Amino acid sequence: MTDTADHDVTEAPQEDLESFRLRAQAWLTAEMPRITAGWDALRDDDDRASEARALQRRLWDGGFAGICYPRRYGGLGLPPEYQRAFFEETEGYKMPIIFSTPTMSIIGPTLLECGTEEQKLRYIPAFLRGDELWVQFMSEPSGGSDMAGALTRATRDGDYLALNGSKIWSTYAYRADFGLALVRTNWDVPKHRGLTMVIVPIRHPGITVTQITMVDGSVEFCQEFFDNALVPVENVVGAIDDGWTIATRLLFHERHAVGGSSPYLSVPRLPADEGSEDLGHLAERLGRTDDPGVRELLGEAEMLITVERQLRGRLARGIATGRIPETGGSMLRLFHGNTSTRRATIALEIAGEDAIAWSPDLGTGGVGIEFVQRQSRCIGGGTTEMARNIISERVLGMPREPAADREVPFGQVPRAAKR
Amino acid sequence: MDLELDDDQRLFQETTRQFLESEMPISEVRRLAGEPAGFEREWWLSAAELGWTSLLVGEDNHGGSLSGNGLADLAIVAEEFGRAVAPGPLLGCNLVAYALDAATQAGDRSHDDDLKAILAGEMVASWAFLDAGGNWDPRSPTLTADRDSGDFVLSGRKLKVEFGEQADAILITAATAAGPTQFLVPSGAEGVRIEPLQALDLVRRYADIVLSQVRVPRAAVVGEVGGAGLPIEGLLGRLLVLQCAEMAGAADRVFAMTTEYAAARYSFGRPLTSYQALKHRFADMKTALEACHAITTGAAAAVGTRAAEADRLASAAKAYVGDRATEIIQDCVQMHGGIGVTWEHDIHLYLRRVTTDRSLAGTPREHLRHLGDLTMSREGR
Repeated sequence: MTDTADHDVTEAPQEDLESFRLRAQAWLTAEMPRITAGWDALRDDDDRASEARALQRRLWDGGFAGICYPRRYGGLGLPPEYQRAFFEETEGYKMPIIFSTPTMSIIGPTLLECGTEEQKLRYIPAFLRGDELWVQFMSEPSGGSDMAGALTRATRDGDYLALNGSKIWSTYAYRADFGLALVRTNWDVPKHRGLTMVIVPIRHPGITVTQITMVDGSVEFCQEFFDNALVPVENVVGAIDDGWTIATRLLFHERHAVGGSSPYLSVPRLPADEGSEDLGHLAERLGRTDDPGVRELLGEAEMLITVERQLRGRLARGIATGRIPETGGSMLRLFHGNTSTRRATIALEIAGEDAIAWSPDLGTGGVGIEFVQRQSRCIGGGTTEMARNIISERVLGMPREPAADREVPFGQVPRAAKR
Repeated sequence: MDLELDDDQRLFQETTRQFLESEMPISEVRRLAGEPAGFEREWWLSAAELGWTSLLVGEDNHGGSLSGNGLADLAIVAEEFGRAVAPGPLLGCNLVAYALDAATQAGDRSHDDDLKAILAGEMVASWAFLDAGGNWDPRSPTLTADRDSGDFVLSGRKLKVEFGEQADAILITAATAAGPTQFLVPSGAEGVRIEPLQALDLVRRYADIVLSQVRVPRAAVVGEVGGAGLPIEGLLGRLLVLQCAEMAGAADRVFAMTTEYAAARYSFGRPLTSYQALKHRFADMKTALEACHAITTGAAAAVGTRAAEADRLASAAKAYVGDRATEIIQDCVQMHGGIGVTWEHDIHLYLRRVTTDRSLAGTPREHLRHLGDLTMSREGR
C-alpha cells in the first residue's frame, strides 16, 4: 500500500484544483492570522498550545481541516495535490503545527487503516476540530531501539486492561489528550506476537506524566508512568496480541511524516536545519568571512545541504516508483544524521571561542549548546546504528543480526536485572 | 543513476553497457595499458558510430540528444565508462565538440569540418585548460594570445592535457587583451611541443603542451575574441558532471564487486557480510553511493539546461563525489584485504580512474572553497 492510496477514491473532487486554491487563498486572507515577528509555533508554553487548538478549530470551521481525510470522518476527501496547494497558500500564516505530527500524520492514518468504525468516528473528527491532541507511547526506558521488546504490561481485568509500566520520549505528552500505546499482553509467545496497541487517555487515574529536561534546557520530552491505569477493552486497536501489525503501519506512516511525503501532514515539513542560523550570517557577524578556512567550511555546509536535497528527491522518486525498497528511506535518515552533526561541528569551528563564552548582544551561545546537544540528531527518531542495520539487511540483503529473543517466549528472554 | 532514466535512456544505457562488456572487458583494458596510445583509433570510430561523440551537439550540426538534455545522456556513457574503466578520449572529444557547436550557434562556422570529423570519430580532440602557474579554475586562463597583423600568437604552457600526445587538435583557453578566448590549434602546428607524462590511469594518457610563439590565423578562434567566459563556464560544468558520472559508475561497480566478494568469503565460520562492523560500513558506502548518483543527476540536469544554479550544483557534485567515490573504493580495498592491493586484482584500475577524475579540474577541497565563495557572494556579502 502506498501512502497516497488510502484516501477515499470514491469521493471524487467536487472542485478543480485551481478553484480550491483560490478559495483557500481568500479564506486564509480573511480568517487566519499572519505570522508576526518573534512567533514560534513550537515554543513550549500553555498559551501556544491553546492557540494551536484554536487555530485547528478555525481550519475546521472554515472547511479546510483534514484535506486528505475521508469525508465520513470529517475530512475533505481530496487527493494529495489539494493538500500541497493548501501548503503553498499557507506560507506566512500561523498554522497549528503541533497537530500535524504525530496526531494528523501518524496517529490519524494508523487509525484510518486499523481502527474500528467506532474508533474512527470517535477520534478522527475530534482531532480535526482541534479538541484532542495525541502522542505516541512506543519507546520504553529499558528498551532503546528495541521497540518490540516493550515491557509495559496490560492485564485483562473484566472489560478493562490494567496498565503497569513506563513509556518515554513522547513529545509534549503533558499537553496531549490521548496516547497510542504499545503494551505487552502475552508473555508466553515470542516478542512480536504478544503485543497490543491500545488508546490511552492521558489525564486519567493511574497515569503520571513527567517532563524530561534536555541538555539545551528544553522540556518537551516526557516519561509516563502507568500504575494500574484501567483502559476499556474497546480502546484496543486491531486485535489483542496483534499490536505489532499496527505498530508496523504506524512506523510506516511515521517514516512518511518525518520524510515529508505523507498526505496527512497538515503543515509542510521543513527540512531540519533550515530553520537554524545561516552559517554565512554567523561568519559575517563574527567578521570571519575572509578567512579561507571559514570559506571552505561554508562551502562544505552548502555542499552537504545540496547533496541531501538531491538525495531526498532521488529516494522519494525511487520509493514512489518501487525501484528503491521502502526501507531505503533509512539512507536519508543516516545521511541527515551525519549531515546535521557535521553542520553543528562546522558552526562550532566558525564561532571559535565565541561558542563557549559570549556577551548577550552577540548571542553565539546557541552554537555551543547545539554542539553539546549534537548527537540527538543521530539518536531521536531511530538511531543511525539502527538505520545502518536496516540498510545492510533490508536494502543490501546481508544476513540479519543474531537475536536472543527470536522464537523464544518473551517471558524467557534475558533482560537486565531489576534495580 | 539508472533510477532516473526514461525508456530511451535506459535502452541507450543497456546497449552502451553491453557494447563495453563485449568489446572492452577488463582484460582488454589491461592489454591496452601496454600500448602507447592507451586506445585504438578503430575502436573510437565504432564508439562514434554508437553516438558517443554527438550528444552535446545540436541537431543542425548532425548531433542530437535522446532526452533533450544531451549532458544527462552523455553522463550515462560516462557512468558506463567508469564501470568498465574504459579507454578512449570520451571527455576531450565531447567537450571540444560542445565548444565548436556552441560557436556555430554564435555564427562561427570556421570549424565545421573539425566538428564533423570529431563526431565521426576521425579526429581526436582535447581541451587544454590548466595553465602553468595558474590555479585550477579554467575561468581565469593565463596563457597569452597576442594579436599580430590579423593572426594570433600563443605562448605558454598547458598542463595535464588529456591525450595531449594523441589528439589531432587542442582547444586552448587563453587570455587576450579583449578577454578570455579559445583557439583550436592543430597539435602539429609549428611551435607546439608535446611533453608526454607518466600517468596514474593505465589507459588515459596525459601530456604537457608547450606553445612557443605559435602563430594561428583568426579562423582558429572558437567563438568570439574575448567572449569565451561563458563557453568556458559551460565546458567546466560539463567536465565536472562527466567526471562525477564516471566516478559514480566506477564506485558502483567496485561496490557491487565487493558486496559479492564479502558475501561469498567466510572467516571464523561466517560470511564477512554477517559481521555488524562490516555491515555498517557497507551501509555507509551504499548511502554515500546513492548520494553520489543523486547529486550527479541533479548537476547534470542543472548544467545541461543552463539553470541559474548550475555552477553551484556542479561544484557541490565534484566536492562530494570526488571525495566519497574515492573513499568508497578505498573502503572496498580494505574489505578485500591483501588481494585488494595487488596488481592482479582489478580494483586498482578503478581507483586509478576515480583518483584521476578527483584531482583534475579542481579537487574536492578547491570546490568547497568555490562553493563558500559562491555562498558569500549570493548573499551579497
